Amino acid sequence: MAEDPYKVLGVPRTATDKQIRSAFLKLAKTSHPDLNPGDKNAEERFKAINAAHDLLADKEKRARFDRGEIDASGQETGPPQPPPGSRYRQHADGPAGARYSTGFGADEDDLGDILSEMFRARAQANAQAQARRARAGADHQYHLTVPFLDAVRGGSQRLSLPEGGTLDVRIPAGLVSGQVLRLRGKGGAGDPPGDALIEVEVAPHPFFRREGNDIVCDLPVTVTEAVLGGRITVPTIGGPVAMSIPAGSDTGTRLRLRGRGVPAHGDVPVGDAYVVLKLVLGGPDPGLEKFLRERQDAPAHNPRAGMEDAA
Amino acid sequence: MITLETLTVTVTGLDAAQVEQWIAQDLVRPEGAPGAWLFRDIDVERLRLIQNLRRDLALQEEALPVVLHLLDQLYDTRRRLRRLRDAVEELAPAEVREVLVQALRRA
Repeated sequence: MAEDPYKVLGVPRTATDKQIRSAFLKLAKTSHPDLNPGDKNAEERFKAINAAHDLLADKEKRARFDRGEIDASGQETGPPQPPPGSRYRQHADGPAGARYSTGFGADEDDLGDILSEMFRARAQANAQAQARRARAGADHQYHLTVPFLDAVRGGSQRLSLPEGGTLDVRIPAGLVSGQVLRLRGKGGAGDPPGDALIEVEVAPHPFFRREGNDIVCDLPVTVTEAVLGGRITVPTIGGPVAMSIPAGSDTGTRLRLRGRGVPAHGDVPVGDAYVVLKLVLGGPDPGLEKFLRERQDAPAHNPRAGMEDAA
Repeated sequence: MITLETLTVTVTGLDAAQVEQWIAQDLVRPEGAPGAWLFRDIDVERLRLIQNLRRDLALQEEALPVVLHLLDQLYDTRRRLRRLRDAVEELAPAEVREVLVQALRRA
């Protein structure tokens, strides 16, 4: 049973022919099944809109419908034409549709071509990558112990390879243990040749040690130097420098030598050097013993204060 | 297949000269030769569609080639998609189809 054609087109029963026509055009454009091939409802909507329009556009039919002589489907008049625009889709969606293909690589066989080309291109790329990997030389791993000062200041070192031959390794300033140096193309033969990967270990130094970018040195001083102060010579990684010790310095006093640490490297600014004083008696000293024994005004001082309860 | 004469009787309101014009514009591609056209089902339905667009939907004659070209591209894509679907349905193992469905659904 068809719906009321006035309702389908959304017009009042008093609508003029023009109003009916324009309402129909508006609806038909949005629901034409050939223009909306994926929309199943479009076809039903479109049929209803057309049926309603057919009836109302025909003055005689409209009058008969208004008088109630025919129902909304109004089928009895005229030879049954197929509902417009509902059948082209069936052909166009099928193999016959190729007849009207746009020719932009749209021939049905092209789909196979497109896919096989895609797969072929991918397979080729994979094969190429694999061949590249197969030809490429292997990376070789080495281990190198670098003297402390070379690691701090930079330098170069010759590495004897276990498989024979040597490798000159440039040591960048500020190197730390565990760092890996890569020498491009110095690994296994191939195309491209592999790299040499050298893991370095920095050997400890007898009196320098590294704290970040600072170089710290424990510096023995005599009692006289510590008590009276004075000018002494201290070793740095750049060579000996003179510095003053203030009078009354104690074991553990840290004195700074600005800019005498690890040289600037990359984005890292130059570090400082620190000397940590360590009082050394240096064997028996009869004069000092005598002075201390005869001294009457020794200040009361307990260097172990606070340690009694430690246990 | 039917001749132009039969066509104009089958599809009411279709004008033979107008049909010839659409053929000349390559909007309709029947078999045969000028004067002896043979229309297959799809040609007939395409003419119905054109008539529908022009007369019932008041589409301007100048816009007709554009609309038909866009429609043809749409149907090209639909046929290709269907082919792809059929190939997948026929050749891909069930688990591959399932994975495909999942992947496409996620997108």
